[in-house]
Amino acid sequence: MSASRYDCIVIGAGHNGLTCAAYLARAGRRVLVLEAAEAPGGAAATHEFAPGFRVSSCAHLLHLMPGWLLGELGLAGHGLRMAAERMPTLALSAAGALQIPPYPDSAARDLGEADARAFREYAAMMGRLARALRPILEAVPPRLGSRAWRDRLTLLGLGARLRLLGRSDMRELLRIAGMCVQDLLDEHFENPLLKGALAFDAVLGTNLGPRSPGTVFTLLYRLAAGGGSAGSLAQPVGGLGALTEALARAASSAGAELRCDAPVARMIVTEDSAAGVILESGERLQAKCVVSSADPRTTFLRLLGPEHLDAGFVRRITHLRGQGMTAKLHLALDRMPRFAALTALAPTGRLVIAPSLQAVERAFNDAKYGRFSAAPLLEVIVPTAVDPGLAPAGRHVLSAVVQYAPHGVAGGWEGQREQFLDTILQTLEAHAPGLRESVCAAELLTPQDIESRFRISGGHWHHAELALDQFFMVRPVAGAAQYRAPVRGLFLCGAGCHPGGGVMGLAGHHAARRILAEAA
Amino acid sequence: MRLAPWNRAGPGKRAGKRAGGSRGPDAIVVGAGHNGLVAACFLARAGLSVQVLERNPYIGGAAVSRSLYEGFTYSNCSYVCSLLRTEIIRALELPAHGLQIIPYEGGCTLMGNGGHFALYDNHDALRREIARHSSRDAEAYDRFTRDMLRHCKFIKPLLLRAPPDPTSFKPRDVRELLYLGRHFGRLGEDRMCETLRFWTLSCADLLDEYFESEIVKAHLAGSSIIGTALGPRSPGTAYVLLHHYMGSIDGTVGAWGFARGGMGAITQALAASLAASGGSIRCEAPVQRILTRNGRAAGVVLESGEEIPARLVVSNMDVRRTFLDTMDPAELPEEFVRRVRQFKIRGSSGKLNIALDAMPRFPAIPAGAPCVRGDLHVTDSIDMLERAYDDWKEGRWSQRPYLDMLIPTQIDPTMAPPGKHYMSVFVQYCPYRLADGPWTDEKRASFGRTVIDSIAEHSPGFRDLILHAEIRTPADIEREVGLTEGNIFQGELTFDQLLFNRPIPGYAQYRSPIRGLYMCGSSTHPGGGVMGAPGANAASTILGDLKR
Repeated sequence: MSASRYDCIVIGAGHNGLTCAAYLARAGRRVLVLEAAEAPGGAAATHEFAPGFRVSSCAHLLHLMPGWLLGELGLAGHGLRMAAERMPTLALSAAGALQIPPYPDSAARDLGEADARAFREYAAMMGRLARALRPILEAVPPRLGSRAWRDRLTLLGLGARLRLLGRSDMRELLRIAGMCVQDLLDEHFENPLLKGALAFDAVLGTNLGPRSPGTVFTLLYRLAAGGGSAGSLAQPVGGLGALTEALARAASSAGAELRCDAPVARMIVTEDSAAGVILESGERLQAKCVVSSADPRTTFLRLLGPEHLDAGFVRRITHLRGQGMTAKLHLALDRMPRFAALTALAPTGRLVIAPSLQAVERAFNDAKYGRFSAAPLLEVIVPTAVDPGLAPAGRHVLSAVVQYAPHGVAGGWEGQREQFLDTILQTLEAHAPGLRESVCAAELLTPQDIESRFRISGGHWHHAELALDQFFMVRPVAGAAQYRAPVRGLFLCGAGCHPGGGVMGLAGHHAARRILAEAA
Repeated sequence: MRLAPWNRAGPGKRAGKRAGGSRGPDAIVVGAGHNGLVAACFLARAGLSVQVLERNPYIGGAAVSRSLYEGFTYSNCSYVCSLLRTEIIRALELPAHGLQIIPYEGGCTLMGNGGHFALYDNHDALRREIARHSSRDAEAYDRFTRDMLRHCKFIKPLLLRAPPDPTSFKPRDVRELLYLGRHFGRLGEDRMCETLRFWTLSCADLLDEYFESEIVKAHLAGSSIIGTALGPRSPGTAYVLLHHYMGSIDGTVGAWGFARGGMGAITQALAASLAASGGSIRCEAPVQRILTRNGRAAGVVLESGEEIPARLVVSNMDVRRTFLDTMDPAELPEEFVRRVRQFKIRGSSGKLNIALDAMPRFPAIPAGAPCVRGDLHVTDSIDMLERAYDDWKEGRWSQRPYLDMLIPTQIDPTMAPPGKHYMSVFVQYCPYRLADGPWTDEKRASFGRTVIDSIAEHSPGFRDLILHAEIRTPADIEREVGLTEGNIFQGELTFDQLLFNRPIPGYAQYRSPIRGLYMCGSSTHPGGGVMGAPGANAASTILGDLKR
């Protein structure tokens, strides 16, 4: 067989694929990135959903990608600008809006003394715990029971980090890590709106409700990934697409080659090791190793093929939980939406509609039985409030993440999409009277649309549910948790790997580190 | 059934006088539940003079046999036996003191469509039965049981050890942590990962990994929510499921059975064993307060005002009752009291005890099938189970509840007159706090109707067979047995309340902030079910502290 032109072929030009490619290229590897769509970006892209109206296709806020990563890849130099940073979160209710975290001065007024004090203690405690968990996200998961020093040192290091928390914090972490967020919040707060909004952060993007044990973990994860403070939300100029474009430039300036419109049909396996890919066009591309940023199910069952894997591993992959629960709504508006609860004219923050713990739990109840929430929960931003370039002058764009919308909704999404859209608009109308008639165009992406458009089987934005049983040393599954597939020459770098998705880029970064370590 | 002498007033009083004297016993055990008695037995065997104090006129706590209707004996709280640790049965010679446990064969779920799904002891019969619903599941079942047994094998050695405090550097804790590490390490990479996953999995997800047939999943899922305020889709319920597999009868792992004469037979045997080693029990002696003198346990005061001094006080009550109701919180560290208040004890179960004029008919079950002698259920889908939970969340009892029905009199004739039968019906979910205000007799009655109606759906003429029915809501169980909120585990079995977190981080080793005051109830590791492990572990901690 002809000598391969590439050291690594990266499947998928999402933010993780590009990050991985950039690091590999910087280390002198000959890298080819293959993207099925006509442009890079994956689920972190910007598209025009109505003439003249552009919006972040899937993810619409940037808050997890670490500063050092942006710095190392010099994304600012590659044209990444922020339209807004440290965006505030506002919980909306009929009564009014509540800023989270509350301004110290306003807290007492909005929350009442007790809750205001409780929140300060709570925020400080969660911050400490989140910072202690941060190293876990930064680490390549060690292999259990391995004798290798790298693995042992990682474990010892993490253990030591927990010890450094001090006795009472460590005890608290061990107590609440597996707890349900409702119990945690009930221990601290009275204000239903505050509890609803905090619970929303815990269940966002998951298949869990506030009463589901493990939701404190998902909340801590979000805080840890966000660098210990929930307030670091940002919105790039030009939407999330701008981020991946900058990543693409970073990768190609480092020497990586990017080919779009090049969907991969399957991988070439010779002598039990991945040796390249075959495009749907039939073209064969050889490489020393293949790195997939596609979700584990797609990677192993469709691209690689179960015949190259042992039954136990295939079973684990098929049982990987990754049913999307989150839909995305895009509205083209002919004027700035007015939210009754907001005093400020332009909603420049992140608006959360999750009025109470019970509301969140009830929304989840529907999802359990394969129905979309009758009273859905929303994370709303108006990108054009800070980035007018996304819409024609005077016009605006509203982008909302909508929970819960089961991927496998009973009866299928065809025919129910309209109904769901109407339900969501009703919810919005209730908070922003008059919004409905200002809508010129609407686009609703159900998990099924996300699945087909972004080629994520299950349409889950983390590729695989982010829960304790699918985290760290068992993410995505045992035997592939070190970015390394059971098949030689095949690596994973997508959101399905540790530490998960949400436009963080760490999976891609860690994978590159691992690959370079292998070859070295 | 055999009644132990102290079930009648006489001897109890004598014991009382003995203990009431100037110098009290070495140790007082508050509460004659199975854990209190187990602890008392081990302390007495170590040579301590032990006085057990019981509030009710009868011993047993939640492991009792009550005669509430002419000629019938009810196991009116706990109703089947499996978890009681073999080590304890042997060490305390319970069989010699009259305990007989009779395993029952399999169980059955009656389906809404008139069909049924049964589990049998006979492996071939079982495979045929599962294959009726799904041949693939018949294959999967062997894999499932194998894996569950592996998880049991991992956990069992931990049941009779006081969990280490991971934040402490004390040699004992470090030693225990290392033991845990080695114990875990021996599993090998794959099973380590499986174990890691298992602990936080939901029962529904766990079963989905093995089975395709809804009815098979529904039948197995039952044990994952019994006694908890969780649904089958709540992460962590896989562990609760395992909690019900950890038992064994005569070495048959996972087997369940009846105590001959009702669950009271267990506590009677324990009492006999205690008497044999010189301990004494006093009934109708409700403890009003646990006394402390300069930060040390000093004895108890009864509601009668009588004071019984003792340097060791062991509480079989749940943590809330022990530290909030029978102590002055001012005597305890603030942080500790806060944690006790946070400890989750949620009533989620009810119980019906029914005297039947004859054996009820279950048309769905083929004549002569042994599964009718086992546990019967009517929940035929995970969704139905989850919906039952949703009702609880909204402060209603389940409109279509999960029922765990047993008719022990088919195997144990001592519990009912010839030809008549006693039926125990455990009901999940039934809230302690109703959304529409406190429990009333009307509400209790209507709760009972809900349950009887759902039984009658599967057993024509069932209502006509009912001679007497005792309906117990969580509120009743709390009032009669003294379990807070009527929670059968003395505290939720969720991660935040297991192992070194149970009942309270830093106090998971049966000691309390007060020297000489110990906990031995199900609030402590490894939790509830008629297991006896908390009592045994507490006793060994105490004896360790006494250097005995």
